[in-house]
Amino acid sequence: MSAQFEPNIVAFLCNWCSYAGADLAGTSRTHYPPNLNVIRVMCSGRVNPLFVVNALQQGADGVLVSGCHPGDCHYMEGNFHARRRFTLLRELIEYVGVEPGRFNMSWVSASEGAKWKDVVGEVVVKAKEAGPFKQFRRDKINW
Amino acid sequence: MNNKPKIGVYVCHCGINIAKTVDVDAVSEFASRLPNVKVVRNYAYMCSDPGQLLIRDDIDKEGLNRVVVASCSPRMHENTFRKTLAAVGLNPYYLEMANIREQCSWVHEDRDEATAKAKKLIYAAVAKARLLEPLYEKEVDVEPASLIIGAGIAGIQAALDIANAGFKVYLVEKTPSVGGRMSQLDKTFPTLDCSACILTPKMVDVANHPKIELLAYSQVEEIAGYVGNFDVKVRKKARFVDVHKCTGCGICAQECRLTGRIPSEFDMGMGKRAAIYLPFPQAVPAKYTVDPERCLFLTRGKCGKSPKCADACSAGAINFEQQDEIVEFKVGTVIVATGFDPFDPARKPEYGYSDYANVITGLELERLVSASGPTGGAVLLGEGENAVVPKDIAFIKCVGSRDKSVGNEYCSRVCCMYTAKLAHLVQEKVPGANVRIYYMDVRAFGKGFEEFYDRVRREGIRYIRGNPSEIFKRGDKLVVKVEDTLNAAPLEDEVDMVVLAVGLEPRKDAREIIDILRLSQSTDRFYLEAHPKLAPVDTATDGVFLAGCAQGPKDIPDTVAQAKGAASSALVLLSSGKVKIQAQISFVNENTCRGCAYCVEICPYGAIELVAVSRMGNPVQVARVNEALCKGCGACAAACFSGSIQQKSFMDRQILPQIAALGVMR
Repeated sequence: MSAQFEPNIVAFLCNWCSYAGADLAGTSRTHYPPNLNVIRVMCSGRVNPLFVVNALQQGADGVLVSGCHPGDCHYMEGNFHARRRFTLLRELIEYVGVEPGRFNMSWVSASEGAKWKDVVGEVVVKAKEAGPFKQFRRDKINW
Repeated sequence: MNNKPKIGVYVCHCGINIAKTVDVDAVSEFASRLPNVKVVRNYAYMCSDPGQLLIRDDIDKEGLNRVVVASCSPRMHENTFRKTLAAVGLNPYYLEMANIREQCSWVHEDRDEATAKAKKLIYAAVAKARLLEPLYEKEVDVEPASLIIGAGIAGIQAALDIANAGFKVYLVEKTPSVGGRMSQLDKTFPTLDCSACILTPKMVDVANHPKIELLAYSQVEEIAGYVGNFDVKVRKKARFVDVHKCTGCGICAQECRLTGRIPSEFDMGMGKRAAIYLPFPQAVPAKYTVDPERCLFLTRGKCGKSPKCADACSAGAINFEQQDEIVEFKVGTVIVATGFDPFDPARKPEYGYSDYANVITGLELERLVSASGPTGGAVLLGEGENAVVPKDIAFIKCVGSRDKSVGNEYCSRVCCMYTAKLAHLVQEKVPGANVRIYYMDVRAFGKGFEEFYDRVRREGIRYIRGNPSEIFKRGDKLVVKVEDTLNAAPLEDEVDMVVLAVGLEPRKDAREIIDILRLSQSTDRFYLEAHPKLAPVDTATDGVFLAGCAQGPKDIPDTVAQAKGAASSALVLLSSGKVKIQAQISFVNENTCRGCAYCVEICPYGAIELVAVSRMGNPVQVARVNEALCKGCGACAAACFSGSIQQKSFMDRQILPQIAALGVMR
């Protein structure tokens, strides 16, 4: 069964670097697995750690947060905030028993379409290794 | 009227770009079953006029109040479709896009997989669209002035264009004179125009133009604000010369105790100057400057009994009490034209640039062959009576370009042609000279370039394909060790002089401007343009434009063209006089804000402050957003414990349903 398992991954990409990098990967017609779905935010600093937990609750098997390279943030320091938050979050979710491969961070610039492809490939492999995620899953979504 | 969402979903084929890998009919059928979706259509090109008309008609006739366009990246056409909505009176922020081209059809091959993913992305977009709220863009006035950083040919051209259109220009130059790298060149390829002859009139024009305020020997310290309203702080460095009194006669430099002892930057260290100096004879402004790092009086506090320059100056212009001055002004646009640095060949030790005096760079040879250069235009090696005229001369191309070992993968675009030009000039100046050029490829791509390349070969300059591995000394000759790769023959070529055609690199202090203006760099470390093809002079920061080699290596015609492009982009803002500012900014729910000020701390723009309000008769502190300063990054929204501060269009309650849509739909 795990051979056919296709993980469902939610990715949060900043508008200026990683989203543009992902667009460039498309413009350059690189190919990567379709398991990852993108939510665009203006800055990786906008991503509330609870979004990540929420994605895992809502049915994602893995989550990626990607922003500009540290120091190159369009908003000067948003990705520094993101880096701090998600370093802590990673420790937290490991502590509560979630496989570390389910949560990933990357820095992809607007000119790194090729790197984006590699990042997607890596995140998908990690999520496949971790397998389907059920621990946090809510039966019913309530808002 | 907008109480109940009525959503229209528009699926674009993009010719076959999307339709080839995504089953648009299946996707449309799926979308029609989503909650609140009233209309679904697919069409060959949604961005075309008829495509946009479909959307406008449906808004009119079906009463749609939300629109989802599933097509290319929002970075491509979000603005297009926003205007479509606005054209029929629907708030443009009632639009959500699903990127099913760049991030779906183009990157996936399997039709079923791509179709499934497109459905998911559309589901998420619909989930968010239901909760969109109208936003209103504020218009602000544009300060009718422009700042141009760097007064090389790019900065000069841009300044003249903007000033001629009637707007104020502040032209800031770091060195004592305008002119930049172009002023160092002797001739320009491929026409062999005298560089000074075509540049000097423009330099004089910027100095005399009533609309241009030239701030030479100055540096930008700080730029705050946003498009239309930048607050600029410039440091005017002390020249220790009163520019209003200095007549530029030059007696001070003759009298200076260090005359002829300080390497001249303009002559690439080959000529010598005094501690008080004019960088070059045609310098603009033609005012002398004291070098604070060299002047005996400034470094040691003592220069004989009294500084000789001050004694000699009959105008009394020299003032050692002068201080740096901070100038502050407001501009609407900024053009960055900071230029390049030549590659330092010491980083390729195998070429012996640091070891042998007769290994020089192209720019150094440029000074040698220039009539205004240290030798008066004679190609001479060594000094005084020992000077010799080199007969056997080898050029090596691609030094510091197309070379991963030094981290420069790019082509510098000018070296092929400046090598051909210099080879021509050397052969003209040294009768009987034997010139050869070692090359990897010859890239003669511009107008008249191929013809010029052809011409110098006909003049007897030999092109030998091979990338030299080493240069060493044998007797008083230099040996270039190389393989002639067309004949597969190893060579040891004995020459008198080696000229390294060094490439172009970003300025060593490029980082300063990045920190001031928050620019990005591309992988080659030059400043990154907003789009490599469609926005080559824009940057990711609105109102900031690029011109010249700061954006990437280019020759003079391309630099001038880009400068004119940047000037016209700046003029679009300046002449319209109004600019819309970011609508997707943060706002605070003052009823739930507890005034912890985490958002105040985290905001990089200082756009949030605590204010005292009365909540049910109790005085409390709450956060408040300054809408003109907020750039809409949303960092505050992620930091808020109570969710009281939110970013418009990226509110928690808009993003969470997106997450749910992507998660639930497996």
